[in-house]
Amino acid sequence: MAPFTSQQQAENQFQLRLLLAFAAMLLGFVTLAARFAWLQVYQHEHFATLAQNNSITLSPIIPNRGLIVDRNGVVLAQNYSAYTLELTPYKIENLEQTLSQLAELVDINARDIKRFRKQAEESRNFESIPLKIKLTDDEVAKVSANIWRFPGVEVKARLFRDYPFKEITAHVVGYIGRINQKEMERLEENDELADYRGSTHMGKTGLEYTYEKVLHGTAGFEEMETDAGGRPVRTLRRVSPVNGHTLKLALDIELQKFAWERFGERRGALVALDPATGGVLAFISKPGYDPNLFIDGIDSQSWKDLNDDWKKPLVNRALRGLYPPGSTFKPFMAMAALETKFRDPNYTIPDPGYFSLPGSTHRFRDSKPSGWGSMSMFRSIQVSSDTYYYKLAWDMGIDRLEPQLAKFGFGSPTGIDLDGEARGVLPSKEWKRKRFAGKRYPEAARVWTPADVVPIGIGQGYNTYTPLQVAHAVAILANNGVVYRPHVVKEIENLKTGEITKVEPNPVRDNHPDPANIAFVKSAMEAVLKPGGTAARIGAGLSYRMAGKTGTAQVVQIKQGAKYNAAALAEQHRDHSWFVAFAPVEAPRIAIAVIVENGGWGASAAAPLAREVADFYLTGRKGEVSAPNSDAPSAQHVRADKNKPAAAPAEEVVE
Amino acid sequence: MNDYYLLRRAWERLRSPIDGWLLALIMALFALSLVVLFSASNQNLDKVINKMTFMLVALGIMWGVANVRPQTLMQLAVPGYIVGVLLLLGVALFGDVVNGSRRWLHVGVTRIQPSEVLKIMVPMMLAWYFQKHENALRWHHYLVGAVIIIIPSLFILKQPDLGTATLIMASGFFVLFLAGLPWKVMITGAVAFGASLPFVWNMMHDYQRKRVLTLIDPSSDPLGAGYHIIQSMIAIGSGGPTGKGWLSGTQTHLEFIPERTTDFIFAVYAEEFGLAGNLLLLALYLLVIGRGLMIAAKATTLFGRLMAGSITLSFFTYAFVNMGMVAGILPVVGVPLPLISYGGTAMVTLLIGFGILMSIHKNRPLIKR
Repeated sequence: MAPFTSQQQAENQFQLRLLLAFAAMLLGFVTLAARFAWLQVYQHEHFATLAQNNSITLSPIIPNRGLIVDRNGVVLAQNYSAYTLELTPYKIENLEQTLSQLAELVDINARDIKRFRKQAEESRNFESIPLKIKLTDDEVAKVSANIWRFPGVEVKARLFRDYPFKEITAHVVGYIGRINQKEMERLEENDELADYRGSTHMGKTGLEYTYEKVLHGTAGFEEMETDAGGRPVRTLRRVSPVNGHTLKLALDIELQKFAWERFGERRGALVALDPATGGVLAFISKPGYDPNLFIDGIDSQSWKDLNDDWKKPLVNRALRGLYPPGSTFKPFMAMAALETKFRDPNYTIPDPGYFSLPGSTHRFRDSKPSGWGSMSMFRSIQVSSDTYYYKLAWDMGIDRLEPQLAKFGFGSPTGIDLDGEARGVLPSKEWKRKRFAGKRYPEAARVWTPADVVPIGIGQGYNTYTPLQVAHAVAILANNGVVYRPHVVKEIENLKTGEITKVEPNPVRDNHPDPANIAFVKSAMEAVLKPGGTAARIGAGLSYRMAGKTGTAQVVQIKQGAKYNAAALAEQHRDHSWFVAFAPVEAPRIAIAVIVENGGWGASAAAPLAREVADFYLTGRKGEVSAPNSDAPSAQHVRADKNKPAAAPAEEVVE
Repeated sequence: MNDYYLLRRAWERLRSPIDGWLLALIMALFALSLVVLFSASNQNLDKVINKMTFMLVALGIMWGVANVRPQTLMQLAVPGYIVGVLLLLGVALFGDVVNGSRRWLHVGVTRIQPSEVLKIMVPMMLAWYFQKHENALRWHHYLVGAVIIIIPSLFILKQPDLGTATLIMASGFFVLFLAGLPWKVMITGAVAFGASLPFVWNMMHDYQRKRVLTLIDPSSDPLGAGYHIIQSMIAIGSGGPTGKGWLSGTQTHLEFIPERTTDFIFAVYAEEFGLAGNLLLLALYLLVIGRGLMIAAKATTLFGRLMAGSITLSFFTYAFVNMGMVAGILPVVGVPLPLISYGGTAMVTLLIGFGILMSIHKNRPLIKR
């Protein structure tokens, strides 16, 4: 019986344990069911979102930035494709380690790392930031093979901007640079952020800045389903970007390059306009800088070098340099006198070699100390008499002069399509009151004194203008008083539709000057280049009719805060050399203003330059223009020139 | 007439060893598995056909095993166990290394995974042993039982294959438990196990430690070891109450789910069929377990009871561990989802188990108490 009971007992025990096991299993399944319910019901939304983010990525398609080409189609700003090594900071756990490991694969120098850090600080966290641009094929292969080791590191093919003419066009074309925080905020404010999705760069100066909207285009995007490795599986939706438009300039790069080279090492500016349209043919500020340096953030050493250079290569002299116009102002003074009928062209004044105010012993000296004896208006322009204009200014007074001079654009921005234009100073009583307002100046300082007007007559005194303004005034004169707004860009071409928009095709205003007055001043200016004129040497051997005016501006420190450099001191005390010209006289096609800083007398430095440029533009070319060695791999599109070589350059100049 | 009679006899012969309930449940699970596999394999029909072939083979084996009487099985226990251990020894000495662990052994043209054999042989050996000492069980019998479990388990741990070793130890433990292992021993054992954890930790391989650590907090290593769990949790969670629909699981088809036809097939299923599908699967499993326990309860010999109980509990363990792992409440160990995951060996082992269950059930009246 005992074994039986023990067997019975064992069986009972087994059944009990089986029941316990069943209970445990049931509990296990209930736990699972609860877990499933938590995941699939309670947390469903959360995980659904995660799954969605997992699989769908929206990647912007950056539009191609528009090209900038000169009037003949020579490319001044282009794009080329290259690989970059980019890092997305938030995806990287240990940045230092990643950087040092990457350095084993790719040649990364301290500058790259410095620039990267700077950009990482400035930019938003989720953006990928280039560590090294323009990877070699070998580097691309190395990094790609190891990319799995570096989450947050990518090799991207990107379009780069390149300025093949480098410093020659720097002050006109400008450059693009990384979009900074401030610009980002502005884009946000203007509701333009969507257009810039994925864009890293935008125009910072020059045409790249002024025509940013046209050049940039609008971003497209691609909605893609991606797998766990982030590889796109298929495209769900694609909205194509709208590429930027092409800017076709009025600028003639051959002329620009020629003028640039003739300038040599001298400092200064040259602006050449087409008087009949206002198109900018050449726009030079010397020295220049290589805009390519700025595209991906300039390193601090190069920046320091450029910024501390006493020659101030970063300053756009043509656009922002304020210089007294010197004697180049005289034709406009003459126009003012004639237009107001204040002076008869035949009226002659005695010229003792100086001018004194009534009842004053102070002598305003003429550049010819002995004087010419007597002086007519025509001669006053041809030989550049100071006495004549001291007296004229004194006789007319500022109130009469100012509105007449303003007609030539003096003292107001020309409205050129470049940013940051200086407005210059056309003095007036009103101007002086405002200029010397405030407690810093005594009351007497802001009151116009009669003597203030005298030096203005010869383009000195309070007068200061930019070379662009002077060129603009010459163009207005050359164009018989019809004013066009100067513009670098001639037309904007929409590549997609082929539609071409002309820039500034219509005149801004017509001054309606008396044609007789215009003809008189023009002929006097033509006489400047004839025997007996101040630039007679320059006018020798002209194959077309050219009119001009020399000028010498006494050095008043231009507003650049240049530091004194012992070696440069003597040179910097020399006068600025001016020359303005237009040609051909009967139907002007080019109006030029040249200033050579510390170049001395106008006829010596600036005038030959103007002659050479006019010769080059009007009578022939000196072969092909090619860009300086460019980093860009693509071929240059250079127009083959059919014209015969230009005539011999202007002869050496006296003095 | 005669033909009809022969056909009937043949059908009878074919049907008689089979338990209808179990077969129906197995077929239901198989059907489900083919549906999921088609999706998980990115509509790879070859894989589905492959799996169907395996199913037919496994069902054949099950039928064969179901025909073997329990007495014969008992006779096979000792030699089977010894052969199994010897095969493990062979693996340790000559085995192929796959994915960092030595599990496979070449036998002629094919290669086998001896640890699978032990999943059956360990409980069978124990059941045979306890049956033999049925009438006079002493504590030292449990000790011997423990040794029977530990010898193969150590070999398998050494391979290393923590998952299978755990499952084999569990299946052995179920026999001991059902054979009446005293509570005192179990509690002492549990305490001892707790105390031994640090040593076990030291013995573990790095990848195993990592798995344990990421179990505790998968998000600590979202791109590394925790990645699989996070992605499978996203798959399950995003499936929601009713799922994204068959063939529409984004997590699955965009390859966020690792090993999606084998160990993680449940994530695919849960994503596409949702909570409703999960509960259906749990219900099916529970029915299998219920039927297994019923067979165990009705078994007339200790061997039968222990064997049936252990097989059922092991089946539960596979299902629970796999689903728990994919749902992120258990560590990631290589345990397939029973009857659903792709892979022939595990399925054959399972169906051998079911064959044994059927054999125990059908041969009940023949064994007199």
